[in-house]
Amino acid sequence: MEITLDLIESHGLTTEEYEQIRKRLGREPNLTELGIFSVMWSEHCSYKSSRLHLKKLPTQGPQVLQGPGENAGVIDIGDGLAAVFKMESHNHPSFIEPFEGAATGVGGIIRDIFTMGARPIALLNSLRFGPLEDTANQLIMEGVVAGIAGYGNCIGIPTVGGEIQFQETYSHNPLVNVFCLGIAAADEIFLAQASGVGNALIYVGAKTGRDGIHGVTMASEEFSEDAESKRPNVQVGDPFMEKLLLEACLEAMKTGAVVGIQDMGGAGLTCSTCEMGSRGEVGVKIELARVPQREEKMTPYEIMLSESQERMLLVAEKERQEEVLEIFRKWDLDAVVIGEVSEGHDLTVYDQGSKIAQMPNKALSEEAPFYDRPAQRPAYLDELPRWQDLDFPEPSDYNTLLQEIVSSPHLCSRRWVFQQYDHMVQTNTAILPGSDAAVLRLKGTSSGLAVSLDGNSRYTYLDPRMGAMLAVAESCRNVVCCGARPLGATNCLNFGSPENPEVMWQFIESVEGIGQACEVFATPITGGNVSFYNETNGAAILPTPILGIVGKLEDLKQIRESSFQNVGDPVYLLGETRAELGGSAYLEHLGLPLSGPCPALDLNQEKALQDKLLDLIALEYIESAHDVSEGGLLLTLAECCFPRSLGLTMEASTPLRPDHYLLSESPSRIVVSVKKEKEEEFLKRVSDLDVHKLGEVTDEIFQVSVNEQSLISVPITRIFQVWNSFLDGVFEH
Amino acid sequence: MKFGVVIFPGSNCDHDTHHVLKSVLGQETVFFWHQDTDLQDVDTVILPGGFAYGDYLRCGAIAKFSPILESVRQHAQEGKLVVGICNGFQILQEAGLLPGVMLRNAGLKFVCRHVWLRTENNQTPFTNACQEGQVLKIPIAHNEGNFFISKQELAELQANQQIIFRYSDAQGDVIPEANPNGSMDSIAGVVNRQGNVMGMMPHPERASEALLSSEDGRFIFNSIINRVH
Repeated sequence: MEITLDLIESHGLTTEEYEQIRKRLGREPNLTELGIFSVMWSEHCSYKSSRLHLKKLPTQGPQVLQGPGENAGVIDIGDGLAAVFKMESHNHPSFIEPFEGAATGVGGIIRDIFTMGARPIALLNSLRFGPLEDTANQLIMEGVVAGIAGYGNCIGIPTVGGEIQFQETYSHNPLVNVFCLGIAAADEIFLAQASGVGNALIYVGAKTGRDGIHGVTMASEEFSEDAESKRPNVQVGDPFMEKLLLEACLEAMKTGAVVGIQDMGGAGLTCSTCEMGSRGEVGVKIELARVPQREEKMTPYEIMLSESQERMLLVAEKERQEEVLEIFRKWDLDAVVIGEVSEGHDLTVYDQGSKIAQMPNKALSEEAPFYDRPAQRPAYLDELPRWQDLDFPEPSDYNTLLQEIVSSPHLCSRRWVFQQYDHMVQTNTAILPGSDAAVLRLKGTSSGLAVSLDGNSRYTYLDPRMGAMLAVAESCRNVVCCGARPLGATNCLNFGSPENPEVMWQFIESVEGIGQACEVFATPITGGNVSFYNETNGAAILPTPILGIVGKLEDLKQIRESSFQNVGDPVYLLGETRAELGGSAYLEHLGLPLSGPCPALDLNQEKALQDKLLDLIALEYIESAHDVSEGGLLLTLAECCFPRSLGLTMEASTPLRPDHYLLSESPSRIVVSVKKEKEEEFLKRVSDLDVHKLGEVTDEIFQVSVNEQSLISVPITRIFQVWNSFLDGVFEH
Repeated sequence: MKFGVVIFPGSNCDHDTHHVLKSVLGQETVFFWHQDTDLQDVDTVILPGGFAYGDYLRCGAIAKFSPILESVRQHAQEGKLVVGICNGFQILQEAGLLPGVMLRNAGLKFVCRHVWLRTENNQTPFTNACQEGQVLKIPIAHNEGNFFISKQELAELQANQQIIFRYSDAQGDVIPEANPNGSMDSIAGVVNRQGNVMGMMPHPERASEALLSSEDGRFIFNSIINRVH
């Protein structure tokens, strides 16, 4: 088949990129080779627009056992154990087919974790949808939640937390970012590297079909009106198959005969073969006739590019391959030797014995092209309205305000969502969903891990750098509020087209902001994912970097929840409340235009606050701790009361207008309830912080006075009811 | 006291159940692979929760053909104890060892949360450590837990006191609002006619440690341990 300009373009390659392919090969590629280059050089696989900037992120630290570049990052958590984690997006597929798109996203991130030799112990997700008033958005959300539930519940990995935001920008481009955490022995980490010439390449798992061909190319393009016609590009997940694969792979790894392993995710067989060869500095030879196939008459092109799910590629010691194959047979899985590690540095593909493709591994992977795309500060930043110039009167009735705030989609309970997820399987879930971070105990030790995902695209739109720093700060703060010390980070960077200089500028600013913050919090980035081209009909989404922070809780006895514990405990606010309503949920609730500036963060002040809280928790002064974020102090306090149906008597004084004070989203603030008998010692310890006594925990009435004026007095159960049932009302009409 | 926990392809509460029996309660506990047929000398066989064979076709419909099921049937016929939790309960129904079938939850969604169970019969090997009417806090996590049975068979279950747990509120009142899945007669757990095979949808293994919000699941495991000792 002749390679024409049309063909090159339909593969998503530019003519310059095609020239480069010719140069690297020293000849014209054939169709199969063109297909292989096109997926490997797609944005999704090559990170060609982001690589240059991702290098700026801090990735080092004494706790880091494996940084970016492998299937997942690994940090040392003591006791001979390692935490293996990563986050990835599945945005495009989830828009086209919400259930399967989200489900296969979960399947993919789970494979990334057990590929490293870790047993996955928790899933979290960060979701973005358009406003729920639109039925189309409801359907997408319902499908995505059901897809996540369907996969995670079946495979038996608890979905323990996450976060959701609603914004018009996501109506035609929902975001589904999924995170998985696994645990491995620190000295038994497996890498995706081929080595040992002659060693066997073993294909295991589901058979290869025609599904998902060019999925990664799709994920590297914007959508237009005909997005629905791409449905056949989305794969179908089989969590049962993956459960077998998970158990069988972990069992096979125990034999010591497995040299390297990589999952076949995006770009399937192509990606797993050339990347393993490239990392191991060896050649890889495969025979396609041996690949288990689900459909008849598949061409080499289709087999190489298929993205059928639930498949893995293992490299096993030649003499011990039978041992490995036997384990997969026990689990009723296909396991076939499809090739071997070879001399040289090429990926060589045979079909029925005849060579049909040969390309240097490195040209496909590490040495794929990358770009320093032009970046330009977006014009909109100079035209942003200032929230101070908006005209919104002080509410006349704060009881009503509270009711409205807690029953807004942004701030209502996520129970309707997490109740569909099995969040308890594996019996490690020490804090049930709804607190600041998820906490998993580590069986056999007295310690645990805390995880939080955070991001606020309204902030990152207003100020990409500050917004990204705020996301890191909030994620760390959430982990700290549970009593854990942040150790490592992962991220998922969701942006529009990198070919748009304004989007590129947002991206670069965000990456640098994340880098700055992660330095201060000592949370190196161990891996992550970039999702560009989140645009439909030429409109980019708000820039949406999502941060995932993993922290260690040394002693499970020191777990702190966000909820108040005892009547009579004094309640304090740590940190300063400024008039910061730019990008706030309050303005969003009032239907006002997105206005700046976004809240300002002082990284060192934030770090000092977090360190202080950990000290206070270790001293056992603190009964509960809850970070103040979206919805301000008002929502935070209500959330502290809900779980145990406790009340609060609060009397605050402030120079700010009361609604500004109650709904400001100034960062670096934490609400704590303090052990009554430790109050004096607590106060001595926090003398160097901005500390405000708010009042005390009571048994049922939520009472708020500001500047000696009583604003709110309402039974907490009444507020709880509207907060708790809002999403039921949306979906079960 | 020796327990055996069966692993089907797709079981996912197998290790949780093993953990509680062995590490928390200190009982001798072994795993069986679904193709095993020798139940060794275990006293109680537990079919754990999960999605055996992906719950494809129908929950438990494929698992009932696993070779171990014949041995489990034999074990039950000898009067020894068999327990099915969640998916294990569904498999025992499919195998004809327990009455009723499971429909999809009335709300048509998977539900994972703590529920309250009222102990309806404490004269069984699985409930003898409970007080009559004792209310237990134990979580559910299922999509098909809506117990259904013919009216006549239901009357028999009631007459024979085979219903051992009903969904209730925290005070022990069996009211429709406390029924999480639409189960007929609020049934959460039953025993067979002989009283030695038990199935329950809630997960006692998820409520047997203080760290996990409830330890009420221990009443069930301790009942079994009491009985056999």
